[in-house]
Amino acid sequence: MTRDFDAIIIGSGPGGSTAADVLTAAGWSVVIFEKGRNHLIDLDDPHRLAGDFSNDEIKFMYRWFLGPDPLLEPRTFRRDEADGDRLRTGEVNNVPSTVGGGGTHADGKVPRFREEDFRLLSEWGPVDGATVADWPLSYDDLEPSYAEAERLIGVAGDAGANPFAAWRSGPYPMPPGAPMYGALLSSAAAEKLGWHPYPAPTACNSVPYDGRPACNNCGFCAFFGCPIHAKGDPVAPLRRALVSGRAELRPETFVSRILVENGLATGVEYVDRAGDVRTERAGHVVLAAGGVETPRLLLLSGFEHPMIGRNVMFHLQTYALGKMPVRVHGHKGRSVTHVHDDHMVPDADSLAAARAAGLPWFKGGMVEHAGPSHTIIEARFAPWGERHKDHMRRSEMREYLWGFCMQGEDLPQATNRVDLDPKVRDVRGFPALRVTYQSHRHEQVASDYYGAKLEECLTLAGAEWTLRATSPGTIDPVPVSRHVAGTVRMGTDRETSVCDAWGRLHDVPNVLVADSSLFPTGAGYGPTLTLVALAIRNTRALAGTPAGRATSPPGG
Amino acid sequence: MPVFFSAEEYRTVEAACARLIPTDQDPGATEAGVVDYIDTLLGAFAFDPPRIWAGGPFSGRFGGAAGFATFHRLTALDELAWRTRLEGSLGRPEREWNGPVTGLQERYRQGAALLGDDFADAAPDEQDRRLREHKDFTDLLYEHACQGMYGAPEYGGNRGLVGWSYIDYLGDVQPRGYSDEEVSQP
Repeated sequence: MTRDFDAIIIGSGPGGSTAADVLTAAGWSVVIFEKGRNHLIDLDDPHRLAGDFSNDEIKFMYRWFLGPDPLLEPRTFRRDEADGDRLRTGEVNNVPSTVGGGGTHADGKVPRFREEDFRLLSEWGPVDGATVADWPLSYDDLEPSYAEAERLIGVAGDAGANPFAAWRSGPYPMPPGAPMYGALLSSAAAEKLGWHPYPAPTACNSVPYDGRPACNNCGFCAFFGCPIHAKGDPVAPLRRALVSGRAELRPETFVSRILVENGLATGVEYVDRAGDVRTERAGHVVLAAGGVETPRLLLLSGFEHPMIGRNVMFHLQTYALGKMPVRVHGHKGRSVTHVHDDHMVPDADSLAAARAAGLPWFKGGMVEHAGPSHTIIEARFAPWGERHKDHMRRSEMREYLWGFCMQGEDLPQATNRVDLDPKVRDVRGFPALRVTYQSHRHEQVASDYYGAKLEECLTLAGAEWTLRATSPGTIDPVPVSRHVAGTVRMGTDRETSVCDAWGRLHDVPNVLVADSSLFPTGAGYGPTLTLVALAIRNTRALAGTPAGRATSPPGG
Repeated sequence: MPVFFSAEEYRTVEAACARLIPTDQDPGATEAGVVDYIDTLLGAFAFDPPRIWAGGPFSGRFGGAAGFATFHRLTALDELAWRTRLEGSLGRPEREWNGPVTGLQERYRQGAALLGDDFADAAPDEQDRRLREHKDFTDLLYEHACQGMYGAPEYGGNRGLVGWSYIDYLGDVQPRGYSDEEVSQP
């Protein structure tokens, strides 16, 4: 048996790229398999960027430039078994399938979780029908890796601006960027209500950083690759790994099976770009394919732990939008510059509302202050015919609409799961993944409670009218949230968790998971920074180069 | 010359788009060449590279080289996906891993036929009546009309940037971007 590499890394998104950086820095050789194309970096000269990203609504929003193409790699969706085998086939929570993964399309809000997010069960207690759990590590355990992750991908923010934030060992690497005008209006109204808006921690350069320029506010952020790479897409860790000479990146290769002998992984089977099936061997496998592809690959490989794929979490997104009296031009700027965390902190009023609804407690999530941006989407909401152009000239959506998106915490439920569709196949003939999902009443009650307050806030800010929508819910049963987590949760109990406290599969300990699949609970924050921090912590432990463990807050 | 539509289909689709996004004091779908956007999509493989994904990182309208004009090459899988989407699976096993797929080309052929040979010469009220009657096709057409009116001109529509000009939108502003003042002030 020949081993050309110390580790095989599956997936080149924020988790896989970070793992590649940490392991190559420790002297390991790695090969990174990525099923999507490379539009990020010049593989012959990693200091050069590919130059493929652009301000192009057609390419990114309607033609799947970042993949996955729903014809080639369909996913299916149903709410529960009563929907039959599936309700929908095609696009279901598609996170990009491309070099850089979900880091390429994210608009870069990268908050840390709060201390209590790591001990939700101990802090707030069980909820009927949900599998609320503590994490097998604490915030303090992860803090040094959070700090390293912020330096690695480059985060702009204002330490101390959010009274609900967890403690931090140092400042953000960059100050916040230019605030959007609409966010200044909504923040002023939020403060009148006693809330605490603050500059969003954003992986979007406010000053030149790590050889990449400052963001120039073009407005093509969420769902677009950044043409100037001012966003903290995983180019930084990926470049460092490639420059080390110890990493090889293989785009357009689909890993179809993790090979296991005598309880240990020996390598992977993969389909190369010519369609040929090949094998690669290594002493370790790092699985970083994302919240739904990671459990799919474990199932395709024949892994049998009954919890694989269970407890899939998204966010219940609550949108409150208002027509402002002045142009707020939400299409200019870095998508989101202000957020507030007040609605993820239960208080006496919310606890009373929870009890009235038959719940012990509920939590909302981080609220983003934002407006819609683009013209084709605005036109699709406009009517066709004689009224079309007046609608577009008035531009109530692109120029005047402003509001909030709350990333509501989604409690894990064992019945919400990812498995293999019994019939639908991808282009290579492998079973498509199927999502079976519906919200818990917790999320719906929290959405109703906080959504009404968010509409009030917009009225206070001067909105002439307001509206509210949720996803999943009023918009569609399929969640639009690309925040996917929880499908191979970590824990100390081998029965109820798939991975141990260091991200290794209980059953096959030389397979390490390095993505948001690990999360026992999802918090009301986007997953990226936390999954990068976990990847740093866990791959450092693997390589024997651990980050320090902070034992107390600074000065504490 | 259209690359996909027949002359009759071209007239019908052009007239239908003119009802969806009419010309008034400002240019509409006709002036923007929306029908050419759709024809270029349906006939994308008449070009090399196919007109699926415009290049990057800049268009040249606000500095930098005109990279949009150089379309991306497709991989074998990309070509399989887009030929299947546009042409349909046509009974070919390699395109039917999940069963038959009706292509956009066929949907347009059928849609134009449903609107009728005389559509372009019918009265506006009658044109609107037929568009409402054939809602499935009109929904498809409107989706593409919006892309052709308000998308980047390199894809064949938004000719002379008329779609962006009349709504006072600059479009792809890289590498200039917007100044901090433009972002933070009314």
